[in-house]
Amino acid sequence: MKDFFGKRWHDMGGDPAGSIDHNQHDFALWEKRVDALMVLSSAAGLMNTDSLRRVLEDMGTEAYETMTYYERWISSVSQNMIEFGAFNTTELAQKMAEVKSRGDTYGEAT
Amino acid sequence: MPHDHNDSQAPGTISPSGHPYRPDDDRPLTYWQNMEIAVRELLVEKGYITALQIQNQIDTMDARSPTNGANVVARAWTDPEFKAALMNDAAQATRDMGFDIGPMHLIAVENSDMVHNVVVCTLCSCYPRNLLGLPPDWYKSRAYRSRAVIEPRKVLTEFGLVLSENVQVRVHDSTADMRYIVIPSQPEASKGLPVPDLVKWVTRDSMIGVGKAHAPT
Repeated sequence: MKDFFGKRWHDMGGDPAGSIDHNQHDFALWEKRVDALMVLSSAAGLMNTDSLRRVLEDMGTEAYETMTYYERWISSVSQNMIEFGAFNTTELAQKMAEVKSRGDTYGEAT
Repeated sequence: MPHDHNDSQAPGTISPSGHPYRPDDDRPLTYWQNMEIAVRELLVEKGYITALQIQNQIDTMDARSPTNGANVVARAWTDPEFKAALMNDAAQATRDMGFDIGPMHLIAVENSDMVHNVVVCTLCSCYPRNLLGLPPDWYKSRAYRSRAVIEPRKVLTEFGLVLSENVQVRVHDSTADMRYIVIPSQPEASKGLPVPDLVKWVTRDSMIGVGKAHAPT
């Protein structure tokens, strides 16, 4: 059973891992907004918990190690919106460029 | 949108609740923050959601705290009829208390002298957020998700909870559709207290199962 590959990377139950890190951070405004976008776009019928998770799980273990929780969430929400047809990749790219041109910080750009 | 005070925090400063801000609160604008602004504005421009809805949703989430769950537990300790309803269908019983539970299934699991329950989500971060607020960082960590199901007693000791060997440990693995809340044992010293006092004995960790209810500190 040593070479059992019957589960995907996110199915972590039982894997060896280190000690529990009890450090806690407050959520930043942009993270709360990502959470709100997930809840509201689900309520509007544009996505749901399963479609959120499908994209998160497809990201793979590297994304889990290198991106923060809400970074992965906004990536998934955005992908879901594109798949639904709420906006397309061109519109997203144009909007992101426009947002970025407003300033160098989240406060200036938002 | 107006600037928010969160964005101007200098690195290393501490929030009013005593926690450090996330490093990504600091400048400069990250790619993912840029994407959040863009997605939000596109959805508003296209009429799917409104800016007011976003603010209201954030306010709703901010208002949720473990105190909600603590009220459920304190009532279960003192009201046998409610407790029976809670153990039968926790989603409906808490909805009947006035909490917005949404469509999810919720199961209450009760600790006793012989049984200790612990909740985890090995797949992701599923959590009874409607009753406890957003999950703590450790709940979403690889360490907790991986180990809670194979060495729960060892994990619990890392939270300062050492269980007797004759206490059975039950670990409940949540899913997106099925969430759990632990009803901790009521401490003897709290028996007879009114509900508003009992609420202060019920900690967040005791409702996840990594701690016990205890006297307010």
